[in-house]
Amino acid sequence: MSASPFSVKQFRIFFISCWLTLMLDQGIVLFWFGLPWQDAILDSAISNGFLLSICLVMMNIYRYYLPRRERFLNLFGVCLIFSSLWLIICKWLLRLVVGFYATSPETLYRSLPIRVSMALLILGCVSMVSALWYNTAEQKENELRKTDAEKLTKEAELFKLRQQLQPHFLFNSLNSINALIGMKPDEARKMVQQLSDFLRGTIRKEENQFITFSEELEYLKLYLEIEKVRFGYRLKTEIDVSDDTPRWRVPSLLLQPLMENAIKFGLYGTTGEVVIGLRATIADKHLVVAVMNPFDPDMQMPPGTGFGLESVKRRLFLLFGRNDLVEINKTQNSFVVIFRIPETHA
Amino acid sequence: MRKIIIIDDEPLARSIVKEYLQKHTELEVVEECNDGFEGVKAIQQHQPDLVFLDIQMPKINGFEMLELIEQPPPVIFATAFDDYAIKAFEAHAIDYLLKPFNQDRFDKAIRKWSEQSSRSSEKNTQDLLETASLSPAQNQRIVVKNGSKIKIIPVHDVFYLEAADDYVKIYTKEGYFLKNKTMSHFEQVLDEQQFVRSHRSYIINIHQITRIDPYEKDGHVAILKSGAQIPVSRSGYGKLKEVLGL
Repeated sequence: MSASPFSVKQFRIFFISCWLTLMLDQGIVLFWFGLPWQDAILDSAISNGFLLSICLVMMNIYRYYLPRRERFLNLFGVCLIFSSLWLIICKWLLRLVVGFYATSPETLYRSLPIRVSMALLILGCVSMVSALWYNTAEQKENELRKTDAEKLTKEAELFKLRQQLQPHFLFNSLNSINALIGMKPDEARKMVQQLSDFLRGTIRKEENQFITFSEELEYLKLYLEIEKVRFGYRLKTEIDVSDDTPRWRVPSLLLQPLMENAIKFGLYGTTGEVVIGLRATIADKHLVVAVMNPFDPDMQMPPGTGFGLESVKRRLFLLFGRNDLVEINKTQNSFVVIFRIPETHA
Repeated sequence: MRKIIIIDDEPLARSIVKEYLQKHTELEVVEECNDGFEGVKAIQQHQPDLVFLDIQMPKINGFEMLELIEQPPPVIFATAFDDYAIKAFEAHAIDYLLKPFNQDRFDKAIRKWSEQSSRSSEKNTQDLLETASLSPAQNQRIVVKNGSKIKIIPVHDVFYLEAADDYVKIYTKEGYFLKNKTMSHFEQVLDEQQFVRSHRSYIINIHQITRIDPYEKDGHVAILKSGAQIPVSRSGYGKLKEVLGL
């Protein structure tokens, strides 16, 4: 339920001054038409005071029940009923209380059409204002709920995107550790540590949405160390990062899925030694990162590969609302993904 | 001594198999391979009694590699995780090892292998490949052997297929390649919205058709972009009309 318009101070002042003006006005008009000033004041006070209370009742009703847009005609009906009711009771009260009307009731009767028109007009205005007020309030509430819901889904989606972990990677790493335990227990222990640190990184919580590029790079190196143990001599990496990049703030876990993608394409798309390249510089107030992997144009990769790329695109869109941050360069024998991270002041 | 070949692209994954094999002194590892290409060569050269095979490997996967071998040897698969492959294993493989696995599990697989006759295992391998080839990951390309070279054909590069005795001729812009499969296998595996069996002996890639002309009594002939003329039977014409939305 929304707050009533009386919660706004300006509205209260406006409402009270309108009514005072109305009462004063009616009193003066009646005095003009020849009523004694006591009777004029009494008439104005009774009829307007009674109208005001009907007004307040109606406004309170609208607070709980408001006709839908297409039923605004109902408002007119309600106003008609209330103003007729008001007229009947008012006529009876005025005749009873105001001395002037007791002696010349025809003056009262002649004024009735004007009175009911005024009442209808005033009640109509109040109804319109209430309807507008409560409708707007409701709309605002809906919008707020909607943005809240959107924010929640967005957060959930971002969390899920960062959580993407290839089961292949996990099980194959465990298999490598299993092999190392027999042959080189020290290296097995080291790899368990690296794998644990890596996994801990993937379940990092929301507050670390952004981290520095150097942190992300450390994390990436952890991943690459594990992959190098798995693939041995076949996997080589070349990392070239310019000196101004380490402090740049980047979304966490963005680089790793891309690297994973590059490794997957590189290692499963070609045979022999594979060099995966990473280059990062600052250009045009953006951190520009290029990830390169060799590529065999004859290869038809099975569908479903390349999820990493899609998830990075989606994340950058959710975070920055831009679709132009990822670019793909395919040449004869290399595949390069270039993405740009705008400056953030988080 | 019985001969073993290990095919896996991860060196440590091969070492663990070798380590577990030490107990089984009657088995000898004759070769280790990094990928399917080496695997095909090694299997032809050594005619092993058992192969340990990984699925996810460079360029061609374990199933595609087996398809290239005339009489595939008994295989125990060792893989990390693959939903679809597991279905195929459960039905037809001697056994499959999910990485990481321990010595006991490994010994059990070896026992299963030695209890099975080689004849039934060969039949099983064929059935396994049939099941595995239905996987969505497998129907985007066809792996063929051209002499000693292995060729990967993306299905959208295929013009049409023609039955040729025990083989199927796969026509592409580079000529045709032979694959030791049946027409009904390809009819089942290939996307039916793109590949239509127009005739008992022909499957056409509909994206290659330029027009369909009447031919003789109640037959038709499809003219492809390459100029090839493919017979269309009466029932084939019905199927073509349906897919092309005529």
